[in-house]
Amino acid sequence: MSKQFNYLDELEAEAIYIMREVAGQFDRPALLFSGGKDSICLVHLALKAFRPGKFPFPLVHVDTGHNFPEAIKFRDELANKIGEKLIVRKVENTIREKKLQDAKGKFPSRNGLQTYTLLDVIEEFEFDACIGGARRDEEKARAKERIFSVRDEFGQWDPKMQRPELWNIYNGKINKGENVRVFPISNWTELDVWNYIQREQIELPSIYFTHERQCVITEHGQLMCNNEFLDLDDTDRIVTKNVRYRTVGDMTCTAAVESEAYKIDDIIKEIKEAKISERGATRMDDRVSEAAMEDRKKGGYF
Amino acid sequence: MELLRFFTAGNVDDGKSTLIGRLLYDSDSISTDIIETLTRQSKTTGANSQIDLALLTDGLRAEREQGITIDVAYKYFTTDKRKFIIADTPGHIQYTRNMFTGASNANLAIILIDARNGITDQTKRHSVLCAILGIPHVLICINKMDLVNYSETKYKEIETNYLIFAKQLGLKNISFIPASALAGDNVVKKSENMNWYKGPALLEFLETVNIAKEKESDAPRFQVQFVIRPQTLDLPDYRGVAGRVISGFYKKGQRVIILPSKIESVISRIEVNQKEVNIAERNQPVVLHLKDNIDVSRGDTIVPIESLPKTEKEITATICWMDNSSFIPGQKIVLQQNSFRTKAIVKEVISKVDIHSFLEIKSDGSMKLNDICKVLIKTAEAISFDSYSENRGSGAFILLNENTNNTIAAGTIN
Repeated sequence: MSKQFNYLDELEAEAIYIMREVAGQFDRPALLFSGGKDSICLVHLALKAFRPGKFPFPLVHVDTGHNFPEAIKFRDELANKIGEKLIVRKVENTIREKKLQDAKGKFPSRNGLQTYTLLDVIEEFEFDACIGGARRDEEKARAKERIFSVRDEFGQWDPKMQRPELWNIYNGKINKGENVRVFPISNWTELDVWNYIQREQIELPSIYFTHERQCVITEHGQLMCNNEFLDLDDTDRIVTKNVRYRTVGDMTCTAAVESEAYKIDDIIKEIKEAKISERGATRMDDRVSEAAMEDRKKGGYF
Repeated sequence: MELLRFFTAGNVDDGKSTLIGRLLYDSDSISTDIIETLTRQSKTTGANSQIDLALLTDGLRAEREQGITIDVAYKYFTTDKRKFIIADTPGHIQYTRNMFTGASNANLAIILIDARNGITDQTKRHSVLCAILGIPHVLICINKMDLVNYSETKYKEIETNYLIFAKQLGLKNISFIPASALAGDNVVKKSENMNWYKGPALLEFLETVNIAKEKESDAPRFQVQFVIRPQTLDLPDYRGVAGRVISGFYKKGQRVIILPSKIESVISRIEVNQKEVNIAERNQPVVLHLKDNIDVSRGDTIVPIESLPKTEKEITATICWMDNSSFIPGQKIVLQQNSFRTKAIVKEVISKVDIHSFLEIKSDGSMKLNDICKVLIKTAEAISFDSYSENRGSGAFILLNENTNNTIAAGTIN
């Protein structure tokens, strides 16, 4: 063999293989795209898997209305640049149409509500497979999920009924109404993603790099960006810090970390030294209970 | 940096989860917030004052409640030398199918033996499974050495007995390490309690075991996943065959044959990420172009004419039944080998494999959950394959239930 196949090549090969399996096995797949680093990597992998052809799926974004404007701008620019179709469905509309109660509290998270919109958009376009950027190292329930994860008509995940998944053979056969969530970068860690972004020189939204921002300090000491959706009072301390985001979710539930990293090299160094996990550092939605993610997934969340 | 995939087999009682927890913990792979959560959980589960490292791998509520591993959990860690993917699999007999799942992709198996008990039925079962799946390296970790006073005699006795047993299975590359996962002996750091043991600690072993030269066929194998046809004004006639090189390598200009249609052609161009290359290597996702405009579609196999696999409509295979519903004679099924699918039927259950001895015993024709059987399968379309012992990539398949679509069995072709 002429060159050393290193671990990033192997992870990349696995992800491309999985994407092509989706293209080969399903009639109406979709790629869930948020403008965050993991789904940006998915787009990059899809380019490698299908060019010079078009993607065999549209990009789909469930817009909670609480997204970072930088991520939304990046989303639109990227879709435009690669000339692929982007479908956006807004949680706001779902709330209005289904007369749902909007999120409340100081940090109102629409995390639970976006499941409704996701299930609606799957129904609207009859998607039979949705590719997502979830990784097993993020969370312990995700560590248990298959790469091809079959969901019933209600989008529910049943951890006890998972199909055995062996070798590189993926069974995407489903009955009408069911759909499969597919996770091509299941085996990547946060650090792998950054090493890959660096190697492939993938562009990212600016909020991943250091910038000055007004933040509110939460009771757990997390830094939440000060924005119009928060319900603050006089007791809240607002500070200005140099921060960046390790993960890009909603402005209402994703915390920033203090950082001076303005290059990918710096970010990689920071992650190697970081003592707190990606979701632990930044997500308020997982703090609710030991099984918060398991429960959300059972309810249709991806 | 290389990637090593390994799986651990055993029960909570053997200290399997503790061993993984120890590996992650002592190699600084666990974040402080997760340790905090663990400390909190360890208190509620009423374990002793130490952190219960097993809680690291049991990710589902039911597993935490029952203190057992039900399904495979994947864990990741990286050292300066390698990236590791651990499939933590349940050891109990009723979860054999989950163990198959976790083990199928592994380069290496860690089988835990409790030094006090020596070889048990479970050890045998897991070893048989390694033999069926052709796991290239087997590491026997003789654990809980602290509870036998770090006795070399005890260790040697288990080693000798295991080697006798393993001989009949045909396992290769067997290694032994005496350890105590709970106390940390020979996991990340070399133990000072066992100076008689001259080999490496577990982590060093994992970092250095030679995985490059796994016994794997060099015969070039490629299967079509998807045909790329842009049909645009710029590229009206572009027709690229996308797939992954399963084994061996392919060269530009090579004479090939498409199976099962048996049409010959020549590889006119190889692309990786839209750039032309001369050679497509094992594992690489590539796009092949063929000189002649012939019909090639998903599931077709492309091989050099001088290196043909078998192409047949009848195969004998060893399968593990994975469905809750038992096999029904005459049941219509679908066989999937990588991207190739065909209708199939199990014609005969030839014998049952005794999971503790690897001996074939007489079959009554039934197959139920976790049974391992030798079967004769007839397929509607011819399947191109190698025997699994020669090529894991082209000799493995799964069976699907045509009605429920569930994966009901996994098989290796004899």
